[in-house]
Amino acid sequence: MNQQTGTDRVKRGMAEMQKGGVIMDVVNAEQAKIAEEAGAVAVMALERVPSDIRAAGGVARMADPTIVEDVVNAVSIPVMAKCRIGHIVEARVLESMGVDYIDESEVLTPVDEEFHLDKRKYTVPFVCGARNLGEALRRVGEGAAMLRTKGEPGTGNVVEAVRHQRLIQSQIRKISSMSEDELMTEAKNLQAPFELLLQIKELGRLPVVNFAAGGIATPADAALMMELGSDGVFVGSGIFKSDNPEKFAKAIVEATTHYQDYELIANISKNLGIAMPGIEISSLKPSDRMQERGW
Amino acid sequence: MVKVGVLGLQGAIREHVKALETKEAEIIVVKRVEQLEDLDGLVLPGGESTTMRRLIDQYGFLEPLKAFAAEKPIFGTCAGLILLSKHIEGVDGSHIGVMDVKAKRNAFGRQRESFEAPLSIKGLEEDYIGVFIRAPYIEEVGDDVEVLATFNDKIVAARHGRFLACAFHPELTDDDRMHQMFIDMVLEFKKEGLATE
Repeated sequence: MNQQTGTDRVKRGMAEMQKGGVIMDVVNAEQAKIAEEAGAVAVMALERVPSDIRAAGGVARMADPTIVEDVVNAVSIPVMAKCRIGHIVEARVLESMGVDYIDESEVLTPVDEEFHLDKRKYTVPFVCGARNLGEALRRVGEGAAMLRTKGEPGTGNVVEAVRHQRLIQSQIRKISSMSEDELMTEAKNLQAPFELLLQIKELGRLPVVNFAAGGIATPADAALMMELGSDGVFVGSGIFKSDNPEKFAKAIVEATTHYQDYELIANISKNLGIAMPGIEISSLKPSDRMQERGW
Repeated sequence: MVKVGVLGLQGAIREHVKALETKEAEIIVVKRVEQLEDLDGLVLPGGESTTMRRLIDQYGFLEPLKAFAAEKPIFGTCAGLILLSKHIEGVDGSHIGVMDVKAKRNAFGRQRESFEAPLSIKGLEEDYIGVFIRAPYIEEVGDDVEVLATFNDKIVAARHGRFLACAFHPELTDDDRMHQMFIDMVLEFKKEGLATE
């Protein structure tokens, strides 16, 4: 039969199924089960959550395949994993293991400071981070089938994710209201593929799903990112660095589904315990800002 | 004119709404149990079936959905097929469990095995492109179930009375013939209902 794998529709469609959901970072099978039980739409298998990567310093790499394998075997929801920016082999290794989505992630230490992966060449779909529309569309141009804000990972401070989502949304609105003969100049200014600007103008939104990520620590944070137009949220350190991961995970899922039901968010936020400790962004050294990785 | 809901807990909700909007129907995104009232039909979208079930339980949707299914037509795509199935391989019990089929989850493999392929669907003249994403298939069907499409001998679309289900995602293509088929079912069912009242 005439059967095609790895098409844009199949890769982007996978992300469409995740919409309205929460994707949680996990470091072992036990955490993956907690995430699945709480209603996560997928898990991201990692060796360390971003706040621990931040604390440890040094070079952060793809997780030990054993961890990825354990997580894949533990849950029936999709499993994602991170490779370093530009690391062709880490990406191929994860693909060969049957990972459902790869995050070419600034949370890990980039191996290529000039070139991101040519993601069109893979059967497995990719998600990439972005701070603005130009960056987002360059990644889509390379074949990313899903986007997320970069935010500032591992800080428990959602300010950067808010900044990135607001900027991307306002840049989309600007394109929607421009006339077609203005788009080439806008493409030049954004350093983004012209064809993708045409698509945004036609659709009034990005051609792929766009989640929020980087610093989400509470149910209200997750709901805020949905309010600002995110299709769903990634929660990294926010769950398993909190006082009570089970409760936090469930509450964040619920707040994401019902992000405009403020009474409900009030109720689920009661007695949650202490959220992960946060970091003020201005106290970070420039070299510790993960969002500056990649272009 | 009929009133059709799309269960709006998680998944490809917007795409179903878009496909249905062009039809003779008023569309409601159902996030709360009360919204099921007055609907003539319901779509269960694709998404993560495990997640959707958790949310269904959390908001007390299961019994209302079963009550709805006892009276009205439902269309389930991918995860929606799982929710409708009476039997699910490797799982004890079912979710809404009204369609007399046995479904197998992620039956075609993981994401890298996900695919699209032309399908010949009963009732549709030309081929339909099926987009299969970590898709299930139907392993067995009861006597009253009509098989509408197969792919490599696996059942990927079926109808059982007022229930329509497919393993692929009609909401991810611009081809709205499956949605039209469901709207026709809803119209037909509503007319019959009015006739017997």
